[in-house]
Amino acid sequence: MSSNRDRREAIVETRNLAMHFGGVRAVDQVDFTLYDKELRCLIGPNGAGKSTFFKCLTGQLTPTAGDVIIRGQDTTGAEPHEVASLGVGIKTQVPNVFDGLTVDENIWLSARRWHKAKRARTLTAEAIERLKLGDIRREVVGRLAHGQRQWVELGMVVVAEPWLVLLDEPAAGMTHEETARTAELIKEINTNAALIVVEHDMQFIRMISQQVTVFHEGQILMEDTMEAISNDKRAREVYLGNRA
Amino acid sequence: MNVNETLRKMRPVFVFALIGLVFMFAAPYVLQLFTIINLTTSIALAVLALSLALVWGYGGILCFGQVAFFGLGAYAYTIAAINFGGSTWAILVAILVASAFAALLGYFVFFGRVSDVYLGVITLTVTLIFFSLIRRTSGPEYKIGNALMGGFNGITSPPLNMPWDTTAFLFPEHVFYVAMAALILCYVFCGWLVTTHFGRVCASIRENELRAELLGYDSRLYKLGIFTISAGIAAIGGVLFCNGVGRITPDVFNLYNAALTIIWVIVGGRGTLIGPIAATFGLFYLTSALGGQSLFNNNLVLGVILIFFVLLVPEGVAPTITKWFTKRRKPRRAIRRRRRSEANKA
Repeated sequence: MSSNRDRREAIVETRNLAMHFGGVRAVDQVDFTLYDKELRCLIGPNGAGKSTFFKCLTGQLTPTAGDVIIRGQDTTGAEPHEVASLGVGIKTQVPNVFDGLTVDENIWLSARRWHKAKRARTLTAEAIERLKLGDIRREVVGRLAHGQRQWVELGMVVVAEPWLVLLDEPAAGMTHEETARTAELIKEINTNAALIVVEHDMQFIRMISQQVTVFHEGQILMEDTMEAISNDKRAREVYLGNRA
Repeated sequence: MNVNETLRKMRPVFVFALIGLVFMFAAPYVLQLFTIINLTTSIALAVLALSLALVWGYGGILCFGQVAFFGLGAYAYTIAAINFGGSTWAILVAILVASAFAALLGYFVFFGRVSDVYLGVITLTVTLIFFSLIRRTSGPEYKIGNALMGGFNGITSPPLNMPWDTTAFLFPEHVFYVAMAALILCYVFCGWLVTTHFGRVCASIRENELRAELLGYDSRLYKLGIFTISAGIAAIGGVLFCNGVGRITPDVFNLYNAALTIIWVIVGGRGTLIGPIAATFGLFYLTSALGGQSLFNNNLVLGVILIFFVLLVPEGVAPTITKWFTKRRKPRRAIRRRRRSEANKA
């Protein structure tokens, strides 16, 4: 680990984190550290424990053992709204949007959580502009295409101006062009916030990646740059071997 | 949201409120006293339907026991009015008792993360517990202050009186005015509430609870809030009901009434406030009319209506009508816009 990174503040830490479902050790003994303004990708084959780990961070699951510390606060077993209230923007794997409400309303609800009515209106308009959702802003989200709904959810994350963003498979089900735009957006978010991105799509990870953490059988196999991981024999065996 | 936008969004609410006001002042001149008294009862039930429309239609909480708060309000009013010797503070007591009970019940249900289906079961069970509990309170030993509980015979409710004079009782036509005014006020209040930040967060929790939480909203608190408010509104309905009927019996808590409330909202349409109100009046008069004949069983007809709506108009009357209108309006608007742009070019 470089000395440069050590000097930065650690904003997400897990110590000895474990999540067991009966006899299945979905996550086991994970020590993980994310530094301020860092962009980290989590990869690993199906069932490696990425999403379970993600859910432990966001409060959707209460870990069996270990601690989660976000900016010095112990959030182990906190409710999702408590984690979010720290200023953490979260996007889950399945698009979680308010299907019966309009695009505008969806994004406004996120902005209004943090700001007074007037400022929330302005921020909503800006976010809609930025994500190019202007044409569909009055549409009910449930009627939109999958990729558009993903974007609405990203809009909800962006508009809240979080300092930490957790994304679970943000590019899932997107077209090639949409994926590229998402990568751009993630880089843009990264100028002000740290990110953890869980992803399957290797192309996408190459577009955004800096530091990558590889999960395997509930544990961290290695942490390095994408290049180093691509060249590593073990990593290729567990994950890349049959894909890239 | 600024004031102008709120007013714009509430325009339909004001239109219906205005229609209600006109009806309120016209009805006593047009209708007979018997009809007016009957109408008061149906207004009370409409307030009950409105409270369920709020908590179920907007909050997404299927409360199968909305009549529990309605009945609790009626009982609290009656007992308090007998003890106080006046009705004004008794109304407040009724609202407070029902809301406090809802807050307590809601606390365990929402903070215990009880799922939707079980919430329906729990609220219904609580209602039925009230039913059998109060039925067993016949006898002189069951009294609260000066008020005898009266078991299955219930209690005679003291009529409303002027706030400044506890001996100046209101006549039935005046109770009608009070009831209608209360319905309009509750309706406007609910119409306003759903446009507020609180109301919109409640609607978002109905749409996707996890997402609302991931935005940082404590969904338990919002659900508890709307549940408590709707119980208070149901209690206002209860106060009007026991005034319209003149007494309150444990029968308000029975399964029939609990189910009927749900039917009003299904027929009227979830996600609207005026729909369930209209459906209550409609079905109330239908049952009254059916009571005058002996060809069909009353409940059989109600059952057929329910099945008809669930199968053929699942969204309910009000949303279906709204949709039909907007569908017709859209092409016309497009034509108008095209003409305007052509005129501009020329």
